[in-house]
Amino acid sequence: MMTPSTEVELAEAVAGAQSALRIQGGGTRDIGAPVQGAVLSTTGLSGVSLYEPGALTLVAGAGTPLEEIEATLAAEGQRLAFEPMDHRALLGTAGTSTIGGVVAGNMSGPRRIQVGACRDSLLGVRFVDGAGRLLKNGGRVMKNVTGYDLVKLMAGSWGTLGVLTEVSLKVQAVPEAVGCVLINGLSDVDAAAAMSAALGSPYDVSGAAHAPSGVDRHPMTMIRIEGLEASVSYRAAKLAEALAKFGGEMSVERDADKVAAGWAWVRDVAVMQCGSGDVWRMSVKPSDGPKLVEKLRALHAGLHVLYDWGGGLVWVQVPEGTDVRSLSFEGHATLIRGSSKTRASLPVFQPEPAPLAALSQGLRAKFDPRGILNPGLMG
Amino acid sequence: MDMPTPNPEVLAKKARIVARLNEVLPPDAVISDEVEVRAYECDALTAYRCPPLAAVLPASTEEVAAVLKVCHAESVPVVPRGAGTSLAGGSMPTADSIILGVARMTEVIETDYENRFIRVQTGRTNLSVSGAVEADGFFYAPDPSSQLACAIAGNIAMNSGGAHCLKYGVTTNNLMGVTMVTMEGEVVEIGGAHLDTGGLDLLGVICGSEGQLGVVTEATLRILHKPEGARPVLMGFDSNEVAGQCVSDIIKAGILPVAIEFMDRPCIRATEAFAGAGYPDCEALLIVEVEGSDGEIDAQLERILAIARTHNPVELRESTSADESARIWLGRKSAFGAMGQINDYMCLDGTIPVSQLPYVLRRIGELSTDYGLDVGNVFHAGDGNMHPLILFDANKPGDLEKCEAFGADILRLCVEVGGCLTGEHGVGIEKRDLMVDQYLPEDLDIQMSVKDVFDPKWLLNPAKVFPLASSEARRMAAE
Repeated sequence: MMTPSTEVELAEAVAGAQSALRIQGGGTRDIGAPVQGAVLSTTGLSGVSLYEPGALTLVAGAGTPLEEIEATLAAEGQRLAFEPMDHRALLGTAGTSTIGGVVAGNMSGPRRIQVGACRDSLLGVRFVDGAGRLLKNGGRVMKNVTGYDLVKLMAGSWGTLGVLTEVSLKVQAVPEAVGCVLINGLSDVDAAAAMSAALGSPYDVSGAAHAPSGVDRHPMTMIRIEGLEASVSYRAAKLAEALAKFGGEMSVERDADKVAAGWAWVRDVAVMQCGSGDVWRMSVKPSDGPKLVEKLRALHAGLHVLYDWGGGLVWVQVPEGTDVRSLSFEGHATLIRGSSKTRASLPVFQPEPAPLAALSQGLRAKFDPRGILNPGLMG
Repeated sequence: MDMPTPNPEVLAKKARIVARLNEVLPPDAVISDEVEVRAYECDALTAYRCPPLAAVLPASTEEVAAVLKVCHAESVPVVPRGAGTSLAGGSMPTADSIILGVARMTEVIETDYENRFIRVQTGRTNLSVSGAVEADGFFYAPDPSSQLACAIAGNIAMNSGGAHCLKYGVTTNNLMGVTMVTMEGEVVEIGGAHLDTGGLDLLGVICGSEGQLGVVTEATLRILHKPEGARPVLMGFDSNEVAGQCVSDIIKAGILPVAIEFMDRPCIRATEAFAGAGYPDCEALLIVEVEGSDGEIDAQLERILAIARTHNPVELRESTSADESARIWLGRKSAFGAMGQINDYMCLDGTIPVSQLPYVLRRIGELSTDYGLDVGNVFHAGDGNMHPLILFDANKPGDLEKCEAFGADILRLCVEVGGCLTGEHGVGIEKRDLMVDQYLPEDLDIQMSVKDVFDPKWLLNPAKVFPLASSEARRMAAE
């Protein structure tokens, strides 16, 4: 394993590579088609180099542990807005997630529906392309349209376009108060309608999830609100009033620790951490979510399901080897946990229509002309 | 402003090109008369003009594809145009180019409140997108100040922002999908009613690519329910430093207003003379707006005013009515008009880290003295996006050049303190030659290689964004 400790060393390592490299941060997110190659670790590029709480900006080496970033932010009452998932329990991995890995996978949690994805908080990147050139795009300011936005392109490119060395992020203040409207007992269809009503309200919902089988095995719908104390009380009451028509047993949870634990349960897909089978993550139009799940249930009774993003993010746990894409739907499906057999036989990432596949392939050929950066990982 | 020499081969075959365009478009959609094409000779950067070879106004994605196939076959440069409101010259043509205007494509294709999106043709204006959903309580968040006139196509090309993007983000954060026609005339669908992508984020790189990667004909946009209400508060301070510190303290306190606007003394004076909004005579003024129910607004403003009081404001003005709110915004909204009343002006758009605000304003003041040109600053202070307005006299020989040199110095200053050349207007031709101050040659090369993939012949808006010297080899190879 190569663990360069400076950007220049990392660039030299890439430039000097004779064959494929497996780019790795903390190694907690073993996702994608298996890559054979020498491991190039970014963990040597660690540390927060700039943090201005008054400007809501943070710059850190790609190998900086996520925990370190979260602790640094917490000390100033701030956080990463996009709530990155911790994949360790789901994937059975160990180690320490890095911020570079978070960005490379565009890891966005429940708050995605309110504040955008990881890529929407990403202000700038420094990276080494496949030719070993050290490059930069974007910067550390919140509004920047200077040239092409390669920042977005690098987020979610899983190390196939370049090796991230440094990222700049917009951060967010931790709100003073949080609340969660809980509805027990809704069907998937009613839950989707309730979440849609909540998200279409003026009450600035920061999370909307539904577990057909929640912690106590009953259906549970969760609507989160964050803000000043007065706001949270007001909006929770308003939402409870507006959502009463959907039926179910309603309550409002105001204990911050309990709310945080509940949303970590959603974020980390705890309901699928046990048991066997493949785990897929599907992004669809929210109202399509329950329809898709109904079709899957017809094929596989006893399916584990979790809806996030108001129904637009559907997690399913299916028997090994199931191709969820055989049910045609608009959107995309990613195999997050799969046996080596499934990963070898089905594309992990959604295959693109031919014209887009050609563009993506063209970009890879420009960014990584020798095809040495995580080759084949994204298909 | 240097532009490439028009390709004589293209100029020589104008008749054939126009004939071929007429074959694929209705008769009134092709404009080739030398007088009529003058309507397209510039955008809102009016200092630079050049009539195009011809202009076309297709009415559908299919017609756009047909036009691009012809232009690709004939190797004619194409300059896409939304409403022509670019302040950066993004849709300024060259003599050998075809202007492709989307102004006839204004339909709403689908409105879906359940899933919170609207799909429109991109010639629709920004404000009329909100207009289409307003009666149902919804809005489209990005609000560039030209929103009455500017088209979604241009918003996507420039990744436009607005005063309220502190809370809601800019265009790229609110764009879910596009139908785009490549220079070859192929129609591609990217994204849609779902979030994010299953592969590389092509949508992310298309947004803000200034019409150089493809022509976006339809867009799926996120819509939100309107907040229950909004209310501004006005604060006056006796120095820029103190106002800047107040902004930082508000943000640090965990309050996220929808807008924090900043004006300096020259701008305050000009707007007072022009609009008479009753602003205090002070060095720096902030307008902070928050949203929510009345109770929520009270709670937020209480915190904000408490912070402001620790900075000894010379004035704190709360609004108690819609009329008072409008008066607070009046001066800010008429700032450009007020400066324009005094003289011609050039509006800059650099972004700086908020912490550098006092230093940058001081340096701009010094440069103003050096150049002998007045400058006023309005500023989206929450996100560091500055809009220095440099006053000059367009009729005075040499004044425009002096103004441009002053502007370039300000933008270099923005880069020097860790910021960037443009926060929301785009590079266009205006800041093209300054790109080397922000990016190294290899940083520009990797960006240009993205264009190589989408538009290998470099026919789409080719003389923009990148310094001509940087893009020359690619443009020449394509010819």
